[in-house]
Amino acid sequence: MQTRTVEFAVGLFVLAGLLALAMLALKVGNMPMFGSGQYYSVTASFGNVGSLKEKAPVMLAGVRIGQVGHIGLNQQTFEAVVRLDISKKYDNLPVDTSASILTQGLLGEQFVSLDPGGSQRYLKNGDKIRVTQSAIMLDKIISQLLYSKAGH
Amino acid sequence: MSVRGLSFYRDRRMIFQGLDLAIERGKVTAIMGGSGVGKTTLLNLIGGRLAPAAGGVAVDGQRVAALSRQELFALRRRMGMLFQSSALLTDLSVFENVAFPLREHTRLPEPLIRDLVLMKLELVGLRGARDLYPAELSGGMARRVGLARAISLDPMMVMYDEPFAGLDPISMGVITKLIRELNDALGMTSIVVTHDVAEACHIADYIYLLGEGRVVAEGTSAAMQASAAPEVRQFMGGLPDGPVAFHYPAGDYLADLLGS
Amino acid sequence: MDQGRGIVGHVRRLGRQTLDGVARLGRAMLFLLRLTPGLPVLFTRFSLVIQQIYVSGVLTLIIVLVSGAFVGMILALQGYNTLVRYDAQSSLGLLVALSLVRELGPVLTALLFAGRAGSAMTAEIGLMKATEQLAGMEMMAVDPLKRVVMPRFLAGWVSVPLLAAIFSAVGILAAYVVAVSDLGLDGGVFWSQMQSGVSVTNDIMGGVVKSVVFGLVISWIAVFEGYDARPTSEGVSLATTRTVVSSSLAVLGLDFIMTAFMLRGL
Repeated sequence: MQTRTVEFAVGLFVLAGLLALAMLALKVGNMPMFGSGQYYSVTASFGNVGSLKEKAPVMLAGVRIGQVGHIGLNQQTFEAVVRLDISKKYDNLPVDTSASILTQGLLGEQFVSLDPGGSQRYLKNGDKIRVTQSAIMLDKIISQLLYSKAGH
Repeated sequence: MSVRGLSFYRDRRMIFQGLDLAIERGKVTAIMGGSGVGKTTLLNLIGGRLAPAAGGVAVDGQRVAALSRQELFALRRRMGMLFQSSALLTDLSVFENVAFPLREHTRLPEPLIRDLVLMKLELVGLRGARDLYPAELSGGMARRVGLARAISLDPMMVMYDEPFAGLDPISMGVITKLIRELNDALGMTSIVVTHDVAEACHIADYIYLLGEGRVVAEGTSAAMQASAAPEVRQFMGGLPDGPVAFHYPAGDYLADLLGS
Repeated sequence: MDQGRGIVGHVRRLGRQTLDGVARLGRAMLFLLRLTPGLPVLFTRFSLVIQQIYVSGVLTLIIVLVSGAFVGMILALQGYNTLVRYDAQSSLGLLVALSLVRELGPVLTALLFAGRAGSAMTAEIGLMKATEQLAGMEMMAVDPLKRVVMPRFLAGWVSVPLLAAIFSAVGILAAYVVAVSDLGLDGGVFWSQMQSGVSVTNDIMGGVVKSVVFGLVISWIAVFEGYDARPTSEGVSLATTRTVVSSSLAVLGLDFIMTAFMLRGL
């Protein structure tokens, strides 16, 4: 009777707590859906990655399809080499797909955006994306703008 | 049960020094003494809640201080204790308080526990109060519940810490009667710690009078009442001055007054 | 005790208080060690733990729900006000979620818990000591550490992380309601921004780890202060105050340390 009410209330409380945790994990956070083996990796070289960070999203047409796995430096070409981990679900990206680093909003985080090409052959694990566009450095653009104005 | 050469100190203050007592099985023994002579401390030493500095207490042939925690707990199951404050668990009803030792120490089926508890409550006349909570009980009733709880495991020995303190005459009479009756009916050994002379003489078979860390006098209640020893006469008669001085030790009165 | 006047007296008093504090810490540590043999109570007397979860967890739920909702709404309003200056109000969901999950959820829940349940725990145990109930149990061959202290300690420890999760979840939901209905933000953006920015392994697990530590520390302080209280009414009220003060300070101090570690990626 009385003990049962207590037990029931405690059961509800624990359930509510776990539910809240589940909500935080699934709805609020991004559960790591790209576990090992669930993705394939391609690399892309950029002249400048700006403030791109590991685990930043990889988007295609605004849809998140993967994340940045690793950012390294090629010591021959002095280019940044970015490994993109793309979900196995999207295994039909054409080989002539191009990658560019864009910014979410004016001051938002940077992410990698892919633009699919028209080839019939698809990117495989270990392939390299050839066409890339580096991050736009806002301060560089502004200073160029100022210099060109001054040149007039 | 016996106490041999027991010494105990609290913060270097002597409480007992070479205390010797023997308590007979099946009898009611009263331990008396003024406030602060360590009567309650003695019960705590018997129950093993305190450890003596020298000497020791033996209960039923076992030296309490030498027991392991498990053995001590096993021994305590055979001891009941009634605290001055009754020490009832305030979040449990009267019934659950009496059932508490049974639930903690036995795996009896619920109907049997119910019967046992009601029997103990009937003994102390409180079967009708089983659903009350300790806060709803008078001091006398609380002590009777405490008594029912102390005997719920049918112990061989029950210790009473000031069972008469702060009770009205009727409740006092009830408790006195209960201690005597339970002792005789259940064949227990009873140790009553008290400073209440009349009640102690009334129920005790044997009386020890403690003072200054040792036994000052001992004897049957008749012998104690007839005793001519000044310590006994002062205590039994409630005289303000005697071997236990009215004045706390102080320097010369006149010098003290004039000195300032 | 008289330590004399003047500077020497002050220095003596200071030294004495420091020594007392260290001794107290040691006593608390030993108490925790003495408590551990009571751990099987979790399996043998689970109903006792359930009962205490009801007292410390369920009865604290209301205040946690209400505070969580208010904190979420306040965060939404304040955050919007700041973000809108940079035209970044789409990040409001992210801001609210990160603040709640990483900091405010665990810390505020811990502080509320210390005030509501921790103090009650101390008062209850202290009163049981003052009224000889613990001594009575000992004489009935029942170990009060196992029967009274351990269930409360475990229940408190379990309750805090659950309450903190509920606090954060309710706060985020309340912020969502304010953002969509009052501030006119798009609900989809609210959630998607949040999801792209909140990491389960770092942010959410970090918050959970924090609240588990807070639960342990508050419950420990609460049961220790109660058990260590002088068995008088002043002693118990002093212990209750001490529980709230020391556990609040401990929570904030530990939060700083843990945040520093987490942000450095340890």
